[in-house]
Order: sequence, then structure tokens, then C-alpha cells
Amino acid sequence: MAENNVVTFLPVLPNGELVGSAAGLLGAAGRLGSPVAVIVAAPGQGQAAAAAAGTFGAQRVYLAETPQTQSVLTAPALEAVAAAVGATGAEAVLVPNDVDGRDIAGRLAVRLPAAVAADAVGIARDAEGNVVHHSVYGSAYTTESAPTHGTLIVTLREGAVDERAQAAEPTVETLEVPEAGSAAAEITGFSENLQASTRPDLRSAATVVSGGRGLGSAEGFALAEQLADELGGGLGASRAAVDAGYAPNSYQVGQTGVTVSADLYIALGISGAVQHQAGMQSAKTIVAINKDPEAPIFDIADFGIVGDAFDVVPQLITRLKERAGGGS
Amino acid sequence: MKIAVLVKEVPDSYGERKLDTTTGLADRGASDRVIDEITARAVEAAVSYADSAQDAEVVLVTMGPESAESMLRKTLAMGADSACHISDEALTGADLGLSAEVLAAALRRIGFDLVIAGDVSSDGTGGLLPTMLAQRLGVAHLTSLDSAQISETEVSGERGTYGGTVSLRADLPAVVSVTERMPDPRFPGFKGIMSAKKKPLETLTAADLGVDAQADVPRSIMLSVTQAPARTAGTKVTDEGEAGTQLADYLAEKRLV
Ligand SMILES: Cc1cc2nc3c(=O)[nH]c(=O)nc-3n(C[C@H](O)[C@H](O)[C@H](O)COP(=O)(O)OP(=O)(O)OC[C@H]3O[C@@H](n4cnc5c(N)ncnc54)[C@H](O)[C@@H]3O)c2cc1C
Ligand SMILES: Nc1ncnc2c1ncn2[C@@H]1O[C@H](COP(=O)(O)O)[C@@H](O)[C@H]1O
Repeated sequence: MAENNVVTFLPVLPNGELVGSAAGLLGAAGRLGSPVAVIVAAPGQGQAAAAAAGTFGAQRVYLAETPQTQSVLTAPALEAVAAAVGATGAEAVLVPNDVDGRDIAGRLAVRLPAAVAADAVGIARDAEGNVVHHSVYGSAYTTESAPTHGTLIVTLREGAVDERAQAAEPTVETLEVPEAGSAAAEITGFSENLQASTRPDLRSAATVVSGGRGLGSAEGFALAEQLADELGGGLGASRAAVDAGYAPNSYQVGQTGVTVSADLYIALGISGAVQHQAGMQSAKTIVAINKDPEAPIFDIADFGIVGDAFDVVPQLITRLKERAGGGS
Repeated sequence: MKIAVLVKEVPDSYGERKLDTTTGLADRGASDRVIDEITARAVEAAVSYADSAQDAEVVLVTMGPESAESMLRKTLAMGADSACHISDEALTGADLGLSAEVLAAALRRIGFDLVIAGDVSSDGTGGLLPTMLAQRLGVAHLTSLDSAQISETEVSGERGTYGGTVSLRADLPAVVSVTERMPDPRFPGFKGIMSAKKKPLETLTAADLGVDAQADVPRSIMLSVTQAPARTAGTKVTDEGEAGTQLADYLAEKRLV
């Protein structure tokens, strides 16, 4: 039986660790066939990342170590993915739906050429081939798409796939990545955001607590942090809270931020603008605390509290602690 | 210096947006059609550069239904010089690959030093088109820029990435895409609106661009569309000093904590 190879691109952080999307990408790939990982890392960082890919289910790893990953945009990763697709005859290529993944997918789709499915929330195989699931207009609709023929390229929404592949001992093959041509942007600098967080990733956390402009200040935003930590949840923010400097950009939930896939979403001092709803309205249970009884967030909240977050949340935390402490 | 800006008409995300569940296409009657907000920021970036440059020309480019023409007219009032509208029944429901082929052909015909697009459109949420164009046009891409600096010979900017922010630069010609963090679009003044009426607006078909929409190349096709059940409001209480406790009990009852 011909092996059905599915190539995934797994980005690495500047410190060499795999980005959080890796497990979901390999999980989705395992559903379709044999997961193959492509890793492009700075010299000396690749082996550890390749081993980590094995724990998430990569059967084979194509590894390219090149200093260019820190100096040339997209081109080194594109060359590596294209080489892996060529070597494996992959019928599907999965990349994370983040800025770097999208750049690879866009260029590869034109280069092969191949059909590309954007912002997928799931992928399955039926008798006719691969079918991609999408969630559009802020989760108001679900759609299915498929390629007419040829390799399928998919950008997979981070956190959307819960499935995990079984750990494997991957064979690691080294790739020589050709020097990038002239038509690539140069990376001239990188500034790290040093916000090492022990909280679960916002995209995949089962519980997410988000704070909005209603929390009033960076100090006030700590209320959302306290509740997130009490619940062991991820921390998010509205765009207005990000713009006001209460939280970094990467916390933004919504149309132009993250789409959460939470069981429980708690919005504190967030009005619930459509662009915010686009990123959270598919959460299983939505709780909102807002002073304004007319706030649109209440239209979609399973449990809404008209009140001041600074009164309600401390009491909530106290009660949660009581319950955890063996009380009723 | 010639800057082409890719603008797009989308259903207003502040209103109700509907998909036709049999065709899978946007239900045009269901909501107002407006310029995608991020592409309006792309226009702002171009015209604000043109304001300060010696001789810069800004051309708006869109592929979309007939109705997109009025969006182009309105947007010309922001200070762009001309517009190009690719409008063709054969392109209804075009996938990303076909859209990129058409827009790349249009850009080649128009000529450009810099292309500015939005990063992700509010209806498509693909975020792929700008890079696909860069690949087709054989130029560098700088996508999802939160800030951009344009000069006669190069473009640079910053974008968020894993664990930080990267700074990018490329010589022109190049394709860039910008995020909603770029400056707000200006409101066209009376003079802008009046002069927009007389600005050149060219309408093209796929055939004019030498593109065959039926070509047997890999395409992505939509198989089905299902409307998710609308979300409804559940319990709503007003805090009278006990709401925190009530919420804790609700969460415990639902086994969410
Ligand atoms: C192109 C575009 C893209 C966008 N993308 C996003 C996106 O991805 N994500 C996003 O979130 N937004 C996005 N927005 C912005 C969006 O339209 C809203 O402006 C934003 O979501 C508002 O944030 P907010 O709810 O925190 O602030 P506000 O709308 O100002 O709401 C604050 C709320 O806090 C309440 N409040 C005040 N004090 C208290 C208190 N003590 N206790 C409880 N409640 C209190 C108020 O009643 C109010 O309802 C986008 C906008 C545009 C134009
Ligand atoms: N039909 C179109 N006409 C013109 N520009 C478009 C079109 N579709 C997408 N774009 C541009 O590409 C960007 C990203 O779109 P998308 O890939 O659909 O998310 C948009 O912000 C536009 O600048």
C-alpha cells in the first residue's frame, strides 16, 4: 500500500522550541496518513525540535538548519517544504494559519500549483479524497471544501484540532536549503517579547478569561489574570484593552486576533462588538460580566451578570476557593 | 512611483452577514456592501505617502461584482488617482488561485513599484492573496505589517511573529500587506468627493487579462454550506451583591470548574 504522506510545517521559536501549533498539525496529519514534519531552525537547534516533533507523532522529519532563517523571510522555509513535498509525493501539506504559515502556503500554492484551503478548522478523508472544514463569518456558518485534483495545501487554524497523533521515533533527514533568490524580504531585526507565561495557550485552552476596556487600567486588568489563574485558564483581551496597553497584541481575541476554541469563555468589561464575537462566539459556554445591561455581549452569553467586574470577580474567586477547599 | 492598492468590497461586518446555503456565495441582499476596513487602511498608507512624495501615483485595484464600482468611486475620494475594476460573471465564486491569477495579470498590465493590500479580508479570512501575488509577480512580500515605511527605492516595516516582532525590508518592487494596526483611513473632504467623479476608472474582464476561468488547473471548490444555530441569550442576572457566588455555583453545576 502506497504510503499517504502528509507534510506539516512546524515553526520553531527563537529559542529552538516548537511552536504550540505543532501537536494539532501532526494530529490532523495523522488522521489523513503518515505525518511528515518539516523543521527549519538556526544551526544547532534542529535536533531537539525534531525529537519533540516525534513525541507529537512525526514519522519522518526533514530538517534544515540554516542561519538564513533569521535573515531572510519565508524563502528558507518555502524551499524546505517544497523539497519535502517533492521527496514524499505528499498529497496534503498542512501549515499553521499564522503569518509565516500563510506566506509559505501562498507561495507554494502558486509554485506547484496546488489548490489551497485557508483557515481550516478540521480536515477529514472520505472516498473521494480530503475534505476541509471551515468556520466562516465569525462561526455563523460552517463550510466544506475540497481540491479538484492535485496536492492540497491547508492553513490550519491554531487550536482547532484536538486530535493527537501517537508518539513516534522519527527518521530525521537533513535538507540543504538553497540560498534564497533575490525576491525575498530581508529580516533586519527581531525584538523578543519577554512575557514567558505559564498559562495555557489562548488558542487551545479549555477555559479563557478575557478582559476589556471596562477593566480601566493595566492594574485593573490584573483582575482577569487572577481569574484566569484561579481557573487554570488562558488569558485574552479585547482590541480596546490591547490598544490601551493593558495587554500585549498576542492576547487579542476576535476577527483580527485569535479565535478561541474554549469550553468556557468569560468576558470581563467587554461590550461584545461583532469583531470581538467573531473570535469567541463558538465557545461552548459564554459568561459575561458588564455594567451596561444593553451591552451586545449579553445577546450571546449563557450566563450574564449586569454588574461591576470589580465586585463580582473577587466574590467569584472567594467562592471558587471555598468550593475547592472541600466545602460544599 | 506607482502604488497599486488592492481594495475589496465585503459585507458589512457590523451588520448581519449571510451565505446562500445552496450556492455557497455571499448573499448580497442580506447586508450592506462596504470597503473592507483593512484595505481602507492600505489606501491610507498609499495616499499619505503620495501626499509627501514628489510624484507618486496611486491606483486602486479590485476584483468584484458590479456593485464594487461605487465602492471604488467612494475610495477614489480619499485621494487615489485612478481605479481598475475587474468585473466578470465568470469570476463569481473564484477561489484564491484564480483570484491571484486575475489580480496578478491586472497588476502587470497597470505596472507598479509597490502593491499594498490588507493582510486578511473580513469575509475571506484567507490572508494568502498578497503572498500569492508576490510569487506570481516574482517580487518580495512583506506581509501583516503593523507599521510601514515607504521610500522611492525600498519598503520596510514591522510585524508580530512567534515570541516577538520582526523588522523587515525589501527593495522595490514589492508586495506588502498591512494590518488593522495601521493608521485609520481619512474621511474624504468635499473636494475629494467632487474630483473623484472625474477620475479614470477602467473596467476589465477576465478575457481582457488573458485569464481563462475554466482552465483545468487545481482549484478549491466548496462542497457544502451549513448555517450554525444562532446563539441565544441565556440567564441574565443583575448583581445585588450575590452574583459572584451565583456564578461560582453555576459553573460548578455545569462542571466547568
Ligand atoms: C477592522 C477592525 C478589526 C477589529 N478586530 C477586533 C478584534 O479582533 N477583537 C476585538 O476585541 N475588537 C476588534 N475590533 C474593535 C471592536 O470594534 C471594538 O472596538 C472592541 O472590541 C471594543 O473593546 P471593549 O469591548 O473592550 O471596549 P468597549 O466597547 O469600550 O467596552 C467596554 C465595556 O466595559 C464595560 N464596563 C466598564 N466598566 C466596567 C466594570 N467596572 N465592570 C464591568 N464592565 C464594565 C462597559 O459597559 C462596556 O460595555 C476591530 C475593529 C475594527 C475596525
Ligand atoms: N477580490 C479582491 N480584489 C482586490 N483585492 C483583494 C481581493 N481579494 C483579496 N484582496 C486583497 O488581499 C487581501 C487579503 O485577502 P484574503 O487573502 O482574502 O484574506 C485583502 O485585504 C485585499 O487587499
